[in-house]
Amino acid sequence: MTPDEIADLVCLRRARDLIDREYAQPLDVPAMASEARMSPAHFSRKFRAAYGETPYTYLMTRRIERAQALLRQGMTVTDTCMAVGCTSLGSFSSRFNEIVGENPSQYRARDHSHLEVVPSCVSMVATRPRRTAVAG
Amino acid sequence: MTVSVSSMFILVNDPDAALGFYRDALGLEVRADVASQGFRWVTVAAPGQDVDIVLSQPHGGRSQAEGDALLSLVTQGSLQAAIFRTDDLDTTFEKVRASGAEVLQEPTSQPWGARDCAFRDPSGNMVRIAQA
Repeated sequence: MTPDEIADLVCLRRARDLIDREYAQPLDVPAMASEARMSPAHFSRKFRAAYGETPYTYLMTRRIERAQALLRQGMTVTDTCMAVGCTSLGSFSSRFNEIVGENPSQYRARDHSHLEVVPSCVSMVATRPRRTAVAG
Repeated sequence: MTVSVSSMFILVNDPDAALGFYRDALGLEVRADVASQGFRWVTVAAPGQDVDIVLSQPHGGRSQAEGDALLSLVTQGSLQAAIFRTDDLDTTFEKVRASGAEVLQEPTSQPWGARDCAFRDPSGNMVRIAQA
């Protein structure tokens, strides 16, 4: 690997860490790309090569993963939607359904006690939705 | 029969930078530092704890392709190194932050009761530190 390739991966990591931290903010791809010091098109291509999904789908997956955590704690669906940075309840619910396979209120009503025995960061990784189909 | 943890392994791309983090910032002690064929294997451990952490380089003892693949995963932040615990999270956090480490999460009380923070080590591994 060349030093440039390593430097690119460091920039991608910082951009992804930004998404993980600031998912509740109105982030867009140009803002993420600027964190990575790349043009938006180049950034999206490199991000997908490294992480297997586009920056935008990564952000939405992160939001849905956080939403699952809040719903497990009993937060209402509307409050959860706003808390994770989504502004439209309709698109939040359909994205949630697409990724998790059930709608937010169904998920909220289910028993989640089996997740309580694992450490927090493990439960975050274990419950993180995986996009197994082609990332869109 | 009793089995306990003896050694664990963390991949680092620069042993000296890694020592700046694991030894100088976190306060681990160096128990061995072995060089072979241009690579280093540095063993660190928490004072008083009998668990060795071996810091090794992705290409050490591996093919170029295998090393490149591992280095990519480390650098892009796909790997988690370890969770440490401290009796004083705020002081530990400030010391590690002052070392220049990338902060992933300030000390935060989690809903389930734990209080922890998170950093990237200089290579890109996620390192979490929890209040004991």
